Amino acid sequence: MFDFYFEIPLWIRLVVQGLAVMLVMFPIAAACSMAERKIAAWIQDRPGPNRTIAPILAWIPGIGVLQRLGLFQLAADGGKFVFKEDAVPGHVNKLYFIAAPIIAMIPALTTVVAVPFGAYIDSAGKLVPLVLANVDLGILVVFAVSSLGVYAVILAGWSSNSKFPFLGGIRASAQLISYELSMTLSVLPVFLWTNGPLATDAPGSFTGSLSLARVVEFQSQPGFLGGAWFIFLMPLSAFIFLVALFAETNRQPFDTVESEADLVNSFGSEYGAFKWSLFYVAEYSHMLVGSAIFMILFFGGWNPLPWYTLSDLAHHLHFAQLPVVMGVVGIGIFIGKVLAMIFFFMWVRWTLPRFRYDQVMAIGWRKLLPLAIANLVAYAIGMALLYR
Amino acid sequence: MAVIPVERKPLTFAERTYIPQIVGGLRTTLKHFFRKPLTLEYPEQRPALPAGYRGVPTLVKDPNGREKCVSCQLCEFVCPPKAIRITPGEIPADAPTAHVEKAPKAFDIDMLRCIYCGLCQEVCPEEAIWLQNQFSMSGYTRAEMVNNKEKLYELGGTLPDAHFKWDKKKAAEEHGNAH
Repeated sequence: MFDFYFEIPLWIRLVVQGLAVMLVMFPIAAACSMAERKIAAWIQDRPGPNRTIAPILAWIPGIGVLQRLGLFQLAADGGKFVFKEDAVPGHVNKLYFIAAPIIAMIPALTTVVAVPFGAYIDSAGKLVPLVLANVDLGILVVFAVSSLGVYAVILAGWSSNSKFPFLGGIRASAQLISYELSMTLSVLPVFLWTNGPLATDAPGSFTGSLSLARVVEFQSQPGFLGGAWFIFLMPLSAFIFLVALFAETNRQPFDTVESEADLVNSFGSEYGAFKWSLFYVAEYSHMLVGSAIFMILFFGGWNPLPWYTLSDLAHHLHFAQLPVVMGVVGIGIFIGKVLAMIFFFMWVRWTLPRFRYDQVMAIGWRKLLPLAIANLVAYAIGMALLYR
Repeated sequence: MAVIPVERKPLTFAERTYIPQIVGGLRTTLKHFFRKPLTLEYPEQRPALPAGYRGVPTLVKDPNGREKCVSCQLCEFVCPPKAIRITPGEIPADAPTAHVEKAPKAFDIDMLRCIYCGLCQEVCPEEAIWLQNQFSMSGYTRAEMVNNKEKLYELGGTLPDAHFKWDKKKAAEEHGNAH
């Protein structure tokens, strides 16, 4: 049915797929800003933004629901960012000042390339992951590219040529570098496990891969140990990764980078209009990709329940022969999980106060990093003993 | 003053990980997340006003439709910010309420001056001026913010209070026993 699609030249297909992913991700990232406001409001017993509506749409019956959800407020805010004057202050270094938000967007939207978001069973009966580039590098691509995001922050802080943005840029770079170590160390047990001796027994296995799709396949195996999500096998890794993820995405309680009370708007202080909004879309994109990675590594990716895989669901509901349906269901489950994670981010934001900057550094270097190293050593020894 | 030394307990390990406290906080915020918003969405929803609320001052009529004000000007004299201006007038001799003798020809309350103190209501011997429940006055010009007599009666309506002091007085006079 879809043979014609596979006859199109590869590069056109890749462009189409890339655009499709971006067209899903960009609006979700933008809508997160409204979700943030609504969740803040609901947690504080308020209704949140619910008045804005385009007069030409007001006659449509039932549109009040969207109005109450603040959808038109989101559109109005977005429109405002596009149309308002985009002033560049006179004292900034113009080239880098304008480059910084662009550089912020590039890694934020690039990392999604290596993130698988669904799977289908092809005509040969093989489970094929849906991913823009199913490369063996997997997690390494994500870590390498997403850490480039720090350059945007440093550039923005430095080129703004003013005190608070500069301090914010310095803080951001120090924080991102500190937590990257713990983050990387915390996922190593997962990849030790997926590349360990058990891996050679896995169906369709190939050894030596950091592919994220493979991590999900590993959580989709039959049996008690095979079907367990890694949160059950490695809760400490998941915890460290989660904490580091909060710090990496500059979210409360680690948002010292944007602490308005001491840094105005931090590296965004001198920015306005569309350039300012790009930083925030980039931040939400980082959150989306980070949540996706967390769900893949520890919560079974697109599998609906632990010990109950997407293939099981497809066989029970008889759509295993329909690759399109299965792909859409898988993507739906995965996006649902990622959005639940985004909700958790926001829920935490409106619960916790931010840490002081020295506390952030102390937690990162003196608590989380030793814990991550100990965790890695313990799992390495445990796996060595298990498969001796 | 006695000094009571309070022992500061060292934090337990669980407390130092922050985790039990964070979980407790998340539970609290989640409880609020599902609670109904407390916000009063103003123009559609109005607050319940307590009895005796002092809103915009208004003039009232009695159940027979007679304007109660007799333009004695006590409210004008008592008004602390001098918001009230009354031009007294006679009631024509052929009117059915001629026995009341006087009524205001013009009655203006400048709502830019009014401080909603309620002294006019308190001083009025005829119970003709009342501070009622309307609390949102707005206008684009200064002139719009001056309530004239028509506006005041429109806002005030009728006071359902049937003791008809002037009619009783007239009836008593006709029976020859004034007061």
